[in-house]
Amino acid sequence: MAEPLFTPEEQKKFDAGIAEIISHYPSDRKSAGMLPALRLLQDLKGWLPPDGMRLVAKHLEVTPERAYEVASFYVMYHLKKPGKYTIDVCTNLSCALWGAEKMLAYLEEKLGLTAGEANEKFTLRETECLASCGTAPCLQVNEEHHENLTKAKLDALLAKLT
Amino acid sequence: MASTTAFEPIISGAWGKPQSWTLDSYRKRGGYEALKKALEMAPAAIIDEVKKSNLRGRGGAGFPTGLKWSFVPKDSPKPKYLAVNADESEPGTFKDRYILELDPHMMLEGIAIAAYALGVHTCYVYIRGEFKFPAERCQAAIDEAYKAGIFGKTVLGKDFQLDCYVVRGAGAYICGEETALLESLEGKKGWPRLKPPFPAVVGLFGCPTVVNNVETLASVPHVFSRGSDWYAKLGTDKSGGTRLVCLSGTVKRPGVYEVDMFTTLSDLIFNPKYGQGMPEGRKVKAVIPGGSSAPVLGADELDVAMEFEALKVKQTMAGSGGVIVMDDSSCMVRCLWRVARFYAEESCGQCTPCREGTPWQTRLLRKIEEGRGEMSDLEMLSHVAASIAPYPPIGLGNTICALGDAAALPTHSFLMRFRAEFEAHIHEKRCPFGDKPWGAFGDWS
Repeated sequence: MAEPLFTPEEQKKFDAGIAEIISHYPSDRKSAGMLPALRLLQDLKGWLPPDGMRLVAKHLEVTPERAYEVASFYVMYHLKKPGKYTIDVCTNLSCALWGAEKMLAYLEEKLGLTAGEANEKFTLRETECLASCGTAPCLQVNEEHHENLTKAKLDALLAKLT
Repeated sequence: MASTTAFEPIISGAWGKPQSWTLDSYRKRGGYEALKKALEMAPAAIIDEVKKSNLRGRGGAGFPTGLKWSFVPKDSPKPKYLAVNADESEPGTFKDRYILELDPHMMLEGIAIAAYALGVHTCYVYIRGEFKFPAERCQAAIDEAYKAGIFGKTVLGKDFQLDCYVVRGAGAYICGEETALLESLEGKKGWPRLKPPFPAVVGLFGCPTVVNNVETLASVPHVFSRGSDWYAKLGTDKSGGTRLVCLSGTVKRPGVYEVDMFTTLSDLIFNPKYGQGMPEGRKVKAVIPGGSSAPVLGADELDVAMEFEALKVKQTMAGSGGVIVMDDSSCMVRCLWRVARFYAEESCGQCTPCREGTPWQTRLLRKIEEGRGEMSDLEMLSHVAASIAPYPPIGLGNTICALGDAAALPTHSFLMRFRAEFEAHIHEKRCPFGDKPWGAFGDWS
């Protein structure tokens, strides 16, 4: 028998979360809750397992294909299991002018990954503007912002990621 | 005509003060008094006041806010919606993040005034997915507002219900385009819709909807607390109030600064109050004045006020207020490649000129930067950009939404103002600004 998708604790959180999300929309527009529902699933499981997407689709009364279509359009959804830490490095113009490309190259070397690759611990991605242009260069680790990065600050940050 | 009113920051006034994001702090500064005033007025009178204030949208297009509100049909039997565009993703722009983090109640008060004026009972604040912390701050402020009776079954005791929800995006720049934002709010991929019909008539769930930027709504309470005349006089004849500008790139002190509409680009970069000039030994080479999509200006074009009309005369735009400064060590081909790559990454893929043209531009630019370019590539680059959107004019591209324009305008303007640098790459068969044909740029250590 296949392993259940959620632990009892996760199931409780999922059910309560879905009910809350649906309550924010007109009763005949449940499908509008797709983005927050996928985020809820990802927060619980760390990614979007196909079974989970089917479940979201069922709650929102749409086809599973619709859930996949939405999930694959947006870059923040993980369709594959990511590393424990997802590092998104901004290399857009304002950050690049402050050496973000060099920072990314340093990270690639240090983690042994090329941007776009993942191992069990890290997913490294080159991302577009993170709205930290005045505090460049910057990156996010699991959606937490880190700005004004120097080599020393970045080393200290990486040392904390166990 | 220059304003005679002494300048004071109105949006950013509380930034840096302790707990500026709390309801308590906001109320101590007179917060929600403007809403009380507005609730005593007739909805039509509120819209008239906003029209008189000359408040223009701060998201990029600069459309007059009161006029936008007046397009919502008053007799529609359908529910009406307000959608706040907090999908701040334009490279160079980072102002709305500060409002959400440091003074979210100012925006919430604007939401309540707008909702009452428009007959809206549900507002969605669409915040870009990467803004985890700003979204949390905004949600905490909304929770405070519900508790204090500002949102909920009545608004400050008035027989008027208003609910407000935060929705986080999931990483797609295109969702900052108002119709793509509505598609995303409806739980779909963010594909822009054809206009007309405009959202004011057919918007969220097919109902009349106003989409306003964070800074626009944060400006609304000031129109009522100090009066529309006062607000209008802060600005030019066509654009009232102050504006937040985001200064980034190679200047000594990047940041968000609130300025009047008469402040010039040169002043922003060199004034000790703002950018404090260039790093030692560097000179300005180029400036993008309104977010990465705004046509670039050369160093000799900086004596221009950072307001909508003045920048239009220079064939560029005030856009989202994102000023990016490039110094004389910056390679213009490399800079444009960075910008072009962004639009190629973020194109939704719905329209052929944008879907095919944006990666094509990117490939050509990389080829030139790597020293593999030929003169015919410049003609091709120009042709590809023109196929997406001709230049000038601004805003009449060949695509459903303005992302196509945004992708083509930088190419046209970089080629026009810095053509010699593109040609030097081709003649020298390398980038003149680095030893390696494809090395990283910018200082970092």
